Amino acid sequence: MGNIDPRSVGAVVPQRAGFLEPLILKAGKTLASYELVYETYGTLNAERSNAVLVCHALSGSHHVAGWYAEDPDKVGWWDNLIGPGKPIDTERFFVIGVNNIGGCHGSTGPGSVDRATGHPYGAAFPVVTVEDWVVSQARLMDRLGIARLAAAIGGSLGGMQALQWTLSFPDRIAHALVIAAASRLSTQNIAFNDVARQAIVSDPDFHGGNFYAHNAIPARGLKLARMLGHITYLSDDLLTEKFGRVLKRTEYGFNYDVEFEIESYLRYQGDKFAQVFDANTYLLMTKALDYFDPAKETGGDLARALAAAKAGFFVASFASDWRFPPVRSREMVRALVASNKDVTYAEIDAPHGHDAFLLDNPHYHRLVAAYMDNVAEHVGAGKRETPLALAATELAEMSGYAAQREGS
Amino acid sequence: MMQRYDFELISSWIPERSRVLDLGCGDGVLLAGLAATRGVRGYGIEIDADNVLASVAHGVNVIQSDLEEGLAAFGDDTFDFVILSQTLQAMRNAENVLTEMLRVGREGIVTFPNFGYWRHRLDIAGGHMPVSRTLPHAWWNTPNIHLCTVKDFEDLCRKVGAEILDERVIHEGRTVRVLPNLLGSLGVFRFRTR
Repeated sequence: MGNIDPRSVGAVVPQRAGFLEPLILKAGKTLASYELVYETYGTLNAERSNAVLVCHALSGSHHVAGWYAEDPDKVGWWDNLIGPGKPIDTERFFVIGVNNIGGCHGSTGPGSVDRATGHPYGAAFPVVTVEDWVVSQARLMDRLGIARLAAAIGGSLGGMQALQWTLSFPDRIAHALVIAAASRLSTQNIAFNDVARQAIVSDPDFHGGNFYAHNAIPARGLKLARMLGHITYLSDDLLTEKFGRVLKRTEYGFNYDVEFEIESYLRYQGDKFAQVFDANTYLLMTKALDYFDPAKETGGDLARALAAAKAGFFVASFASDWRFPPVRSREMVRALVASNKDVTYAEIDAPHGHDAFLLDNPHYHRLVAAYMDNVAEHVGAGKRETPLALAATELAEMSGYAAQREGS
Repeated sequence: MMQRYDFELISSWIPERSRVLDLGCGDGVLLAGLAATRGVRGYGIEIDADNVLASVAHGVNVIQSDLEEGLAAFGDDTFDFVILSQTLQAMRNAENVLTEMLRVGREGIVTFPNFGYWRHRLDIAGGHMPVSRTLPHAWWNTPNIHLCTVKDFEDLCRKVGAEILDERVIHEGRTVRVLPNLLGSLGVFRFRTR
């Protein structure tokens, strides 16, 4: 339905950039060459000062805003935030979305063909970290002629990348918007990730990661991983409100079929995800999450780890997010304050849980808009010309489910 | 919005390039003004969501937090000045807030509605809780749970070991010099650890 939104960036076309300069990874391995797929919205100004990089989370992609001419229903995952007159205003900012290395939306990843062997990398694809992604993103910025970002923004794993930008390239980023993120995962988070990984690797169709050669996909494992993840991305209150204990039939069946609406919903989400997502990418993304910990090199002293940063920070968390709860953001804010950084922190009252960072919430979007207006002023990107437009739709994630239910 | 007669006085006390913490910074105008006119750097702490948004719009570093919890996030002697403007009377533990201010800052500045102001005394004498420009709420919906007079605040400063550096009682922008605890509606104190 993106094509009827007057505040959409409109039809967009993904672009590709090939890199022949080897990428030396934190794991010690080297990626001899790689391709990045990306999209851009808006116009890079003459000073090249108005670039905003959007970093994606576990299952995101480079398709951040707009829609495809051949598939108008395929709207970008952060379209409610990015566009003309939206909080990240494409009339003033040049916005870049990029699929990370190891992803499964077009950039080089485990499903890509390894030129050295002529077969998909599969299990041979190296583990990539947040730091590696940031280096690869900086190379893409070089290619686009962007010496310094006005801002990098991301939620969850994307927020970790925005934070890492300020540490890896302190002189190349003016502002970082770190939303629903953490400077490192909690024990519980790593535990959830490992259950998800175990679901995948124990699927007989996984074939040790080389399932491509067997013409198979570990759909059962990937589905379970997604179901588990999905539960943790939503709040208990939201699940209760949306599904309660509602049954698909009127009475208990006293069997093990799908009975409760929540079971139906989760299975639908899991199935849908397993059809489109790569199992190796899922493993890689969760590992990147687990490994991220800038304070590891400073003996756990986060303030010292963040000392190198020169950017201004916008940190936000959501009260009902129990996967990346406010306390994790407060840790970052405390460390940023201790190392004398410019930082703004908002703890947003939203009922949706972790996924709130993707959803419409007028207060949240107004905060981002206000901060980005300041960014625009700092980098000389001009004033807002179109009045701030806030999206009206709610819970876009759920609409697919509604459509499926109506169709079944 | 109520005109903030205390802001001018506070600003005059703060040297250029100071590091300032504004507790309960509201819409951020004090910090924004200090940043623009004196190159002051600092943070505001604010709990109200709309005020946080307004502070962001004013371009100040605002941290959304409960004030007492927010203070705990700062290390000792982080700031040149810690400001608590017309908020002390709403604190659950006013004494602890004062102690914390002295810990994280070199100097503290506190402003509060003077409960000893004659109109307030008159209201009480007439049998009612005071309602005035500085105390605009009714008793049943006021956030102001720890009201005090200028003399009471002097006592608290003594108790927590704060040396008072400057003390004014103002009314509608003018410093009241005669019977200040009776004729002034707003107490403005500047102090440091003894």
